[in-house]
Amino acid sequence: MQELINRTKELLADGTVARVLGWRRGDLPTNPEPAYFNDGESLSEFVYNGFCGANLSKYMIEASELDGRTLVFLKPCDTYSFNQLLKENRVDREKAYIIGVGCKGKISEASLNAIGIKNVIDVKGAELTDACDTLTIETLTGNTTCAYRDAMLERCHVCRGKEYVVYDELIGDSADTVDGDRFDEVRKIEAMSPEERFAFFKAELSKCIRCNACRNVCPACSCRKCVFDSTKFDSAQKANSDSFEEKMFHIIRAFHVAGRCTDCGECSRVCPQGIPLHLLNRKFIKDINTLYGDFCAGESAEGATPLTSFTFGDAEPGTV
Amino acid sequence: MPMNDNAEFRPKIVAFCCNWCSYAGADLAGSSRLTYPADVKIIKVPCSCRVNPMFILRAFEKGADGVIMCGCHPGDCHYSTGNYYARRRMTLLFSMLDYIGVEHGRTRVEWVSAAEGVKFSATMNEFVEKIKSLGKNVRLGDLRCRS
Repeated sequence: MQELINRTKELLADGTVARVLGWRRGDLPTNPEPAYFNDGESLSEFVYNGFCGANLSKYMIEASELDGRTLVFLKPCDTYSFNQLLKENRVDREKAYIIGVGCKGKISEASLNAIGIKNVIDVKGAELTDACDTLTIETLTGNTTCAYRDAMLERCHVCRGKEYVVYDELIGDSADTVDGDRFDEVRKIEAMSPEERFAFFKAELSKCIRCNACRNVCPACSCRKCVFDSTKFDSAQKANSDSFEEKMFHIIRAFHVAGRCTDCGECSRVCPQGIPLHLLNRKFIKDINTLYGDFCAGESAEGATPLTSFTFGDAEPGTV
Repeated sequence: MPMNDNAEFRPKIVAFCCNWCSYAGADLAGSSRLTYPADVKIIKVPCSCRVNPMFILRAFEKGADGVIMCGCHPGDCHYSTGNYYARRRMTLLFSMLDYIGVEHGRTRVEWVSAAEGVKFSATMNEFVEKIKSLGKNVRLGDLRCRS
């Protein structure tokens, strides 16, 4: 982390960048928040550790409108999102100075809760410099430890690799965290009967409180005008409890990002209700890979996407 | 829903037909006096590519038991390539619908030209029989109900 701060101070001092987009300590030690830093002094608030799961690429849409270059820290998976935004002309490459930061898998308080560690006060061992083996957790009911791996986000267990597809410089080492196949859960659902599948999704999606966090965090969901925006004032648009959009929200959203979703997993990370939203996106990714050839959104900033192109011999609907 | 339990199940079926081929095909079926069940409600669209995936979701949300989309044969699109894009979209959408519990049998795409009145009528008869055998569909409107 100190290495990142030192380099950042250098870049700010020599005028290469006008501001820095990073993470700062949040109100709890387990939720660092995305933040702008305008000078060397404010960097005392800067933090980069295992809880910095937030993908900063979407903020670059806004930062591309500002004067001067913005230094942005991107983890390997975040670079895919940035590249995808670049492809869609939503961010300006010239306005970004990208430092690729090392990633040893990201952890979350929700994952700690899931393994029975609740009422977390503080966590030690989540720093980037650590060997990342054991976490020491201070809770209301005493101290406990757990393996770093057990507190990791689902997306890190099926990480697609630690390659950076776009960057200006790299700082820090990454570690391999993969111990599963990302389509395993999708296959499990596909093997169920239609009734079971409907019951599964009904149970999951009924938890939704329509807070719009998944939409707001999604780098692919960056339309200037969204179909879910209501002409009514803010609270009314979320209280639209009987509209079609309300019921079909997640399906429509998954379709809108199909072929553009980089599977960054932010939707599932931010969901306050713990809905596994990535399961919908991964189904589309799996189908696209199977039917139209392996495709990875964000891998390249050029070229056609599966839903804006076709071949004469495409599969007929319903046959697969 | 039938008013009494003895009544025959009459499915609600929505058919999206493109203006240039399939709607004309339906017209030909009519003027040739070919029959197909009145359970099929046709919605005319300018091109199969005009069918927004949301149209299909909305049909199921409103209680449709089956949805069929008809367009010009690949290669014959009035707008050259519209049906190729539609084909990809529908393939992915139908697969997603199947994934959330609306079986593949309830969705269908058929390419019907303006000269294929016989095919239109046969397809609709076949599709209605298929939906009848599958029975009443889950209402997607119930997908997100709070307990």
